[in-house]
Amino acid sequence: MNDMPKGGVRQALRHDSAVKHVTGEAQYIDDMPELPGTLHAWLATSTKAHARILRMDLSAALALPGVAAIVTARDIPGRNDIAPILKGEPVLADGVVEHVGHPFAAVAAETMETARRAASLIEVEYEELPPILSIEQAIAEQAFVSRVLTMQRGDWREGLRQARHRRTGQLEIGGQDHFYLESQVALAIPQEDGDMLVHSSTQHPTEVQHGVATLLGLANNAVTVECRRMGGGFGGKESQATIIAGIAALLARRSSRPVKLRLVRDDDMIVTGKRHDFLIRYEVGFDDEGRIEAIDMELAARCGNVADLSPAVLTRALCHMDNCYFLPAVRARGLPCRTNTVSNTAFRGFGGPQGMLAIEAVIGTIAHALGRPADQVRAANYYGGAGRDVTPYGQRIRDNLIPRITREIAAQADYERRRREIDAFNATSPVIRKGLALFPLKFGISFNLPTLNQAGALVHVYTDGSVHLNHGGTEMGQGLFTKVAQVVAEVFRIDIDHIKVSAASTAKVPNTSATAASSGSDLNGMAAMQAAQTIKNRMISFAAEHFGVLPEQVEFAANRIIVGNRTLAFGELAHLAWANRISLSATGFYRTPEIHFDLERMQGEPFYYFTYGACVAEAAIDTLTGESRILRADILQDCGSSLNPAIDMGQIEGGFVQGMGWLTCEELVWDATGALRTHAPSTYKIPVSRDLPPVFNVRILEDAPNRAATVFRSKGIGEPPLMLAIATWLAIRDAVASVGGHRHAPPLDAPATPERILMAVEALRKGAG
Amino acid sequence: MAMPDAISFLLNGELRRIERPAPERTVLDHLRLVERRTGTKEGCAEGDCGACTVVLGERSGDAVSYRAVNSCILFTTELDGKLLLTVEGLRDADGGLHPAQRALVEHHGSQCGYCTPGFVMTLFALHHAPEMTDEDSIHQALSGNLCRCTGYRPILAAARSVAGVGDDRFARMARELLGRLDGLRRAPGMATVIDGEYGRYDAPESLAALDRLLTAHPGAHLLAGGTDLGLLVTKQHRALGHVISLNRIPELSRIEASADALIVGAAANYTDILPRLENDWPSFAALIRRLGSWQIRNLGTMGGNVANASPIGDSPPALLALGAEAIIRSAGGERVLPLERFFLAYRRTALDAGEYLRALRIPRPAAGDFFRTYKVSKRFEQDISAVCGAFFLRFDDAGRVTLARIAYGGMAATPKRAVGAEAALAGRRFDAAAVDAAIAALADDFTPIDDFRASATYRRHVAGNLLRRALMERTAPETPTGVLAL
Repeated sequence: MNDMPKGGVRQALRHDSAVKHVTGEAQYIDDMPELPGTLHAWLATSTKAHARILRMDLSAALALPGVAAIVTARDIPGRNDIAPILKGEPVLADGVVEHVGHPFAAVAAETMETARRAASLIEVEYEELPPILSIEQAIAEQAFVSRVLTMQRGDWREGLRQARHRRTGQLEIGGQDHFYLESQVALAIPQEDGDMLVHSSTQHPTEVQHGVATLLGLANNAVTVECRRMGGGFGGKESQATIIAGIAALLARRSSRPVKLRLVRDDDMIVTGKRHDFLIRYEVGFDDEGRIEAIDMELAARCGNVADLSPAVLTRALCHMDNCYFLPAVRARGLPCRTNTVSNTAFRGFGGPQGMLAIEAVIGTIAHALGRPADQVRAANYYGGAGRDVTPYGQRIRDNLIPRITREIAAQADYERRRREIDAFNATSPVIRKGLALFPLKFGISFNLPTLNQAGALVHVYTDGSVHLNHGGTEMGQGLFTKVAQVVAEVFRIDIDHIKVSAASTAKVPNTSATAASSGSDLNGMAAMQAAQTIKNRMISFAAEHFGVLPEQVEFAANRIIVGNRTLAFGELAHLAWANRISLSATGFYRTPEIHFDLERMQGEPFYYFTYGACVAEAAIDTLTGESRILRADILQDCGSSLNPAIDMGQIEGGFVQGMGWLTCEELVWDATGALRTHAPSTYKIPVSRDLPPVFNVRILEDAPNRAATVFRSKGIGEPPLMLAIATWLAIRDAVASVGGHRHAPPLDAPATPERILMAVEALRKGAG
Repeated sequence: MAMPDAISFLLNGELRRIERPAPERTVLDHLRLVERRTGTKEGCAEGDCGACTVVLGERSGDAVSYRAVNSCILFTTELDGKLLLTVEGLRDADGGLHPAQRALVEHHGSQCGYCTPGFVMTLFALHHAPEMTDEDSIHQALSGNLCRCTGYRPILAAARSVAGVGDDRFARMARELLGRLDGLRRAPGMATVIDGEYGRYDAPESLAALDRLLTAHPGAHLLAGGTDLGLLVTKQHRALGHVISLNRIPELSRIEASADALIVGAAANYTDILPRLENDWPSFAALIRRLGSWQIRNLGTMGGNVANASPIGDSPPALLALGAEAIIRSAGGERVLPLERFFLAYRRTALDAGEYLRALRIPRPAAGDFFRTYKVSKRFEQDISAVCGAFFLRFDDAGRVTLARIAYGGMAATPKRAVGAEAALAGRRFDAAAVDAAIAALADDFTPIDDFRASATYRRHVAGNLLRRALMERTAPETPTGVLAL
């Protein structure tokens, strides 16, 4: 008899909904059968970047046949505030609109088309106010959504003064739309007693619950939020889902009917926030080897009109501007710029990518200044050795995998040989230039705010041995439900088919954190393991007592329990335990140990551990058009001891390609009035299959169990691979630099669109000529 | 004459009849709102993401041809007489997965699953496309399906495993399906006319009938592929009022080759046109393979690309450079106009009221003619040009340029010839000095604009550099130009 249950940890199981995905049976919120009387909603949004609403006339809209309800800020029974961190962020603009696309009213009608027409009939008279449309302007006006963050270590001023070499630099880093394929959607269904049930496509049911309760003036226990699955999230459905769910709930309350609000793609892109674009400025001091002695960096983020999650995004940016490099003396300032553009929000990496790209630009600046290969400059600065293992925020690095990973990736990618080949190619190629880059990453796992690092789970074992599993995590495609079910299967030693994972619900597991920060399986896996272990312990105690053996003589083998010399099926023991009045239901709870962080001082040990990875990318550019292509990418990614190598592989590949899009073809363009001009896939281009590097070798680091006591020694994997794509931008920049003989730093911002590449090439040609 | 006011089609094999459909009702809305078949998803409502992909089956000789299309911009009227397959219709009677579905499951090709039904349908069509098994073809087939989760590697693996296999139960029941499709055919003369509360729809079956209709209703919208017209409905929320479909007039879909020209019917779609371009103008064919996506090429027409006179259409620069002519027809007869006189201003053409584009006449190249067309955009697949350039050169025995036709898209309010640059090349050898002179002349030929696709500076720069690329490909054909071929 095979003693491995099907579906324990480490197995490359397919996604639990895979068959439902391919048959169209997987239900998303817009697919749920509609209750009789369900209304459909549409938002009325600002056409101005900044204006006072002098007059709003709803009469024509209300008169349209089929319109059931309209809500504005005045019609909110509770408090008009959905701020996730600070306070005072209204869901519907109250008197003043602060960005193009800012919702100020919403209509519910019998059909979506009627709601849309009604929304367009709402007459608004604006008095335009001066807008802030750029990061530079916000800095000039000192317009910030929250306080400026400063992280410091050592005497950076003196360090800069005494350094043998000093350079300054600047880098613009573009934002990114999430472009989850399922746009934001919620269905609010009024319940008895004025309660509200909300089906929300959200990564954070608890926050949606709080938002809806606040807006409706209800206690939290009167609002239930559920989410079985999202059609992608990537951070975009963390705080921003509350906008959609909140408005649906307001309309449902007002009309006393179920209301569905699904944003069409253009509205989704215009109304909801994105990855922050950043403006980076720095001054760095270094020695002849390129070793950084001191650095002063300003990271200014376009936050949009309100704070939303921006303070936390900036915190993570500051905590990742070191990447793998030891910075002896450092000041990093995070500027949360207030602009009259949509409020930017969480997006896979959460500021980490921008912080890492910034320090990579610094490495490039140093390399060009010294005429040394960037790889040597990197190596000179890697963490490691006595006195060089503490981050600027005071965390000691105990699990350093940088030496191992960089060594292995260089071998895997045949880096040195290809470096020589590419240099030789460039020496004779008039139009096409190639570039190569090796990029290592270190990403801190845990929410920066210690409070958020907790999770709950609920496990029931039924008398036939089937298991119901619920936890605070949400499924957005990342395979969390599968992984957590594997953990439970492993604890009970039963086939995963016996475990059913149900929709995340605030009524089953309360007070949850967002499924975010790469922490989904770390937190929820541990909580579920605990719950299952509690039940298992009860079953062991019961079996020992019932059959008169020692607890050590009760063994959970694959799908059966061996009690002394007896063998019972899992279901048999469950039934027997029930018959003897043993509880087969338990909650589990987990809090990440050891972590602490002082947000005021920006010091502490906020991360339970680090996830590492490395990528070697090869790019080709066309110096006549600026078109580029990634020809090859080799990836080595640390997953600890992977819970599910197939799912982790999917996160690595998918994250990498998403990061590649951020740094190459995805460009958000706002016009002079503050309107987003790239608000649909016709104008905003995410990667397609052709953009995948034709040679793409991805490996999971072997024999690398997490040093920290995580769930089965695995590591969080949701975000880190996105940043591996920084290698593609570096490779493109390397190709551009070849035009100037690698003597000058190419003035290349991100994303590296054909236009930016060509202009950088031209600048080098002029500078070199 | 009998005038049916309903359309009939097979939905996953089941007969469906829609009485008096609104002309602008999309197939996607019909599936989701009326049929309540929610497997097919809306991702963008503009034919760019592929989540709504369905497959249309129709008779092609003795076989059923299957083509992936975007249901979000396809009107239900165009289903008439066809087989519509959706993700719900692929499983076997016993519940077994279709090979396309199984391949995606086995290769871990879905994560969030929202794009997956669209990929399933594209892979189904690929399964039935025997000529599309190489890597390049597979990318072409997937060009209209966006996935934000997987990074495509597992989807490509699944696609490779099913491409061109064509041995599923649909292949086995082809005869039965053909019979049922034939059963939906209208008797000749049964032109469709739907005059309902939402508007009017005509599907005439002859040019003469179309002439009469357009004389009576010169303001009606002409529908061929509908890949642009659909956007008026889904993005601009326009009621179309009166739609005349060109899809039941055989002459308009015909592609005829004569000794000296290719005559492309105005309603012929790109997928049908492509193989006819490969021999004479491989560079044009390469451009068309990057136009839109597989789904768009299956519906979209070159005639539509010309007649809507967008400044950023991909085929007009090539057609201008090749010296193509517009064959224009009305009840009064036909006239032929060189294409450069067809585009008058931004989205305005030389078509008078009651006139329509019947066909495009593309002269075939003579021995020694040189032709290249290049498109530059942020993404290689399914993107709109920042700049599109086309270069046609004819030489005398001494290597001097006797005829230069150069045209650009994205550089002016219409697709336009670069007359100054052409003049700069005329009579000279095609060399670096001549190209420098032509590039200098481009500054007077065009005053491009800044927009979200590119700046004017970049456009100007690239327009000239594309001419340099053409020169390199003429004079140093061994030197790699362009990163796509690497």
